[in-house]
Amino acid sequence: MSRTIAICRRELAYFYNSIVAYVVMMVFVFLAGYFFYNLLAFFNLASIQAMQKPLAAGQLSLTESVLQPLFANLSVVLLLIVPMLTMRLLSEERKLGTAELLFTYPISDWDAILGKYLATVTVLATTLALTLVLPLLLRNFAVPEWGPIVTGYAGLLLLGMAYISVGLFFSSLSENQIVAGVLTFGFSLLVLIIGWLIPFVSAGTARVLSEISMLEHFDSFSRGIVDTNDIVYYVNFSVFFLFLCSRVLESNRWRS
Amino acid sequence: MVGGTHVIQVRNLTKYYGSHVGIEDISFEAKKGEILGFLGPNGAGKTTAMRILTCYLPPTSGEARVAGFDVLSQSLEVRKHIGYLPENVPLYHDLTVRGYLEFVARLKRMPRSNQTARIRQVMEECGVYDVRDRTIGKLSKGYRQRVGLSQALLNDPDVLILDEPTIGLDPRQIIEIRNLIRSLSGERTIVLSTHILPEASLLCQRVIIINNGKLVTADTPENLKNRLQRSMVIDITVRGDLETVREVLGSLADVKSVTLLESSAANTHTMRVESHDNRDIRETLSRAVADRGIGLLGLSSIDLSLEEIFVRLVTREELE
Repeated sequence: MSRTIAICRRELAYFYNSIVAYVVMMVFVFLAGYFFYNLLAFFNLASIQAMQKPLAAGQLSLTESVLQPLFANLSVVLLLIVPMLTMRLLSEERKLGTAELLFTYPISDWDAILGKYLATVTVLATTLALTLVLPLLLRNFAVPEWGPIVTGYAGLLLLGMAYISVGLFFSSLSENQIVAGVLTFGFSLLVLIIGWLIPFVSAGTARVLSEISMLEHFDSFSRGIVDTNDIVYYVNFSVFFLFLCSRVLESNRWRS
Repeated sequence: MVGGTHVIQVRNLTKYYGSHVGIEDISFEAKKGEILGFLGPNGAGKTTAMRILTCYLPPTSGEARVAGFDVLSQSLEVRKHIGYLPENVPLYHDLTVRGYLEFVARLKRMPRSNQTARIRQVMEECGVYDVRDRTIGKLSKGYRQRVGLSQALLNDPDVLILDEPTIGLDPRQIIEIRNLIRSLSGERTIVLSTHILPEASLLCQRVIIINNGKLVTADTPENLKNRLQRSMVIDITVRGDLETVREVLGSLADVKSVTLLESSAANTHTMRVESHDNRDIRETLSRAVADRGIGLLGLSSIDLSLEEIFVRLVTREELE
């Protein structure tokens, strides 16, 4: 455990002593603000129109018009940013040869995997936390529903953790960072939107696809619903890819 | 512990990379406190052997025990007892020397209580205390080598494994690192690889010569010289007609070859004479020369350097 923490701290030192974490946070918060501004401006316009047509006013919901689309947009931004955080995690160790020292220390592969995973999750959580300022701003002129906000953030965090586990796995596969990053991005995007196939396949396959699809499991979070099924899905997803990663580390040793 | 005092025991160790041979059927031992040298040209299999000893690579077959533990089944125990410095000294360039050593100390499971003291001690021992707050990426190659040695030493390992510890350093740094390595032995067993032969004879009590993945021979540097000096080499300086000298020397039965090293204006010639089967032909030479009225100015037997022995050894098969 203390070795996992040591590796986690070393990775955090990399993220925060270099410019990496700050650029990621800045870009993410800026984009989140941009989406938020646009969604809110549009909501504002709709509200003014609703004042003239009171019948339509009942349809207006801050949660549905601003927060849900915001979370949906951020889930895609995460998809673009997470691979850049994860691509070097294990590839670089192999490329620079530092893996040779790391894995000849008395640590287990899991110490390395979990340490790196937790460090990246910490960067992700910090970045997400910075955008909390947006829903807090809403308090000045509206009464936001806090439930969906909390679950929406939980959903984003779980989604990001799933992306990170995929990223760590692909980073163990190649010592080329770009290859690891592109594979992470492509695979994560595919799993996110695999549900698009649902209308075109048989009922049985459709059920399987909707269970696999990250987006299907994310939607309920952004609507304010906490379903154990969704939590179990994300946890299993992360565990599965971290496990694959440990298998790759093991087999790298035997094959090289 | 099998074999009592042997800290490292390697039996029939073999490693294939696919169909390519890394090392094949290598066996050797190292005693406590011994400095053992792996000698061989680049790509001979020295690094492969070291990676197996440090549990970074599993062997294809054969057995290796380090500090009494098997590298395959007791890998964790082995790794607790070793310190390793890979060839290219892979360090995290974004960390400071102290930050890096603190990180390594935690991974090496050192007790919190004496961590700070031990890190300081090692930094002083390796001469990096003055640069402790500098970023590793900004240090010179020599300092990085010392930081690399520091991390290997942190856990006070029974076995220190150093892959080409002086490669890429300038002559002054090489001498410093060699002195440092010598000062680190004592109770500790050190295995180091090198392709520089004088280094092996300077540092090591025993040398293992590896070529093309196979163990060529293992002995002390002195024994290697004695045992492998198959032909004796003599430099002889004479005054007289060059052709006559050549004829005289060439006619002797025990002489294998005669080469002219230099001729001076005063009809003085220095030639290198090699004898068959390590025979001492100094007397025969001097008598033969004197009989023909050639002036004998000097006669000396030449020690084969390790370098020459090495070249002879690894090329012997091709010659015979």
